[in-house]
Amino acid sequence: MAEAVRGFAIIAGAWMRAAMTYRTSFVLGTVVQFVITFMDFAAIIIMFGHIEAFGGFSISEIALLYAISGFGLGAADLLVGNAEALGRRIRDGSFDQMLVRPVPALVQVAADHFALRRLGRIAQSSAVLAWAMSAAPIDWTVARVVVLVAAMASGSVIFSAIFVMGGAFQVFAGDAAEVANAFTYGGNTLTQYPLTIYPTELVKGVTFIVPLAFVNWYPGLYILGIDDPFGLPDWLRFASPVAALVFVAAAAAIWRTAVRRYRSTGS
Amino acid sequence: MGPTNTDRAPGAVSLYSALAVRGFRRYATYRAATAAGAFTNSVFGVIIAYTYIALWEARPDLGGYGVAQALTFAWIAQALLAPTGMFGGFIIDDLSERVRTGAAAIDLHRPVSLLGLRLAEDLGRAAYHLLARGLPPTIVGALLFDLAWPDRITTWVAALLSIALAVVVGFGLRFLLGLLAYWIIDLYGPAWVLVVMQLFFSGMMLPLVVFPDWLRRIADVLPFRCLIQIPIDVFLSDDTGTAVLPLLGVQLLWISVLLGAGSALTRFAVRKVVIQGG
Repeated sequence: MAEAVRGFAIIAGAWMRAAMTYRTSFVLGTVVQFVITFMDFAAIIIMFGHIEAFGGFSISEIALLYAISGFGLGAADLLVGNAEALGRRIRDGSFDQMLVRPVPALVQVAADHFALRRLGRIAQSSAVLAWAMSAAPIDWTVARVVVLVAAMASGSVIFSAIFVMGGAFQVFAGDAAEVANAFTYGGNTLTQYPLTIYPTELVKGVTFIVPLAFVNWYPGLYILGIDDPFGLPDWLRFASPVAALVFVAAAAAIWRTAVRRYRSTGS
Repeated sequence: MGPTNTDRAPGAVSLYSALAVRGFRRYATYRAATAAGAFTNSVFGVIIAYTYIALWEARPDLGGYGVAQALTFAWIAQALLAPTGMFGGFIIDDLSERVRTGAAAIDLHRPVSLLGLRLAEDLGRAAYHLLARGLPPTIVGALLFDLAWPDRITTWVAALLSIALAVVVGFGLRFLLGLLAYWIIDLYGPAWVLVVMQLFFSGMMLPLVVFPDWLRRIADVLPFRCLIQIPIDVFLSDDTGTAVLPLLGVQLLWISVLLGAGSALTRFAVRKVVIQGG
């Protein structure tokens, strides 16, 4: 584990130095990341210009859901988001080199093209979170703070697992990288809103198949002190870390299978 | 690339149509990528459709749309995302890569105009994306939700024309940005600024009819609404009673501005720029 962290730090450091060669571009890129992530929150603000509540939730309550989900995606994108570009490494053959280096392939894939500008999304989510924590009607207790922190960590792990699965998928279908976007960015968009606006089947799907509801919905219900509108059991609100662990174990198994089945580009 | 040893100079029409066909085929090669993209468009279509249902059920007739019109907006917008090239890439990456490697020097001295060459290729690409990335989400949306379709054949024709014009506006924006590569080496920042502006002010994030007045006024003087809002307004015009011709006029106006600027800037690049590499 320590070796993996060290390997990650070395590779990420090299990419950071490379990025600093184009300093203006780096600054602009970070600002743009911040702005682009603010854009979907702007859309929510515009919607609330016409309505008082969305799916039964006020804007500050939605901001809480939005911020936890955005933080999870942002952290996952920073740490392993580059797994979505594995297809390129496979096409040009450089994934083969990664497999023979003395650092785990997954660490190399994750640190490849490491970009600090991805902090932009984390910064924006944190700003929204700070506002939501003060504006939403939350009766703060130690337990609620613990659930919030656990949700942010679990959300990061769940989105990371999706990125890794998306990378593994490209070993089998090289060009189909965009499928993962439906679950990462799509999952983020889906969880920005209260699940009350979606049909029950969809809510069950993101609870029991792709555990996106554990990123922010169940812990969010606990923090906000709201009864589950779908009548699902209360213990789900504390189950995010378990869901994240199960899901990341599945992602690890899929990744190992993909690496074992990898047959190079053949040329 | 093109024919190398023809005895006669090819006619302009056959030359550009050959380029368009190549643009079509170039993207048609990546079937898995296309299927993946259409799948992602459809997933986003479902998510956005439910947010619009929640919004329009809370506020019926918001912005002159009913639920059916809002849902149609959600799905047609997903269908137009790839054809209008809103997520950049394509030309921008190509042009800046060619400047970095020095290949751009050759582009500036080809017997075809750089703009004409790129436009023909991009129209071919857009035709492919309209079929392969536009139709699937439209069909998925029509199967899952009640959408609002044009009543008259003339509205269909006008809508298709407006989509074609939207593609050209999208090209004009990306071409201009790509030309920046002759002056700025790393286009990552500017390219994302364009993506953000396009996504927000085209109506992709949220129909412009929902925008507050002051923001709508800003959106109305920018070219980006030509990409999504205008084609969909034309598509929905039988229901909303919007006049179609002024909308097409706005698109034509922006096309002449953008392509005019593009061709002027290309000539400027030929004279002023020192090419690197080589």
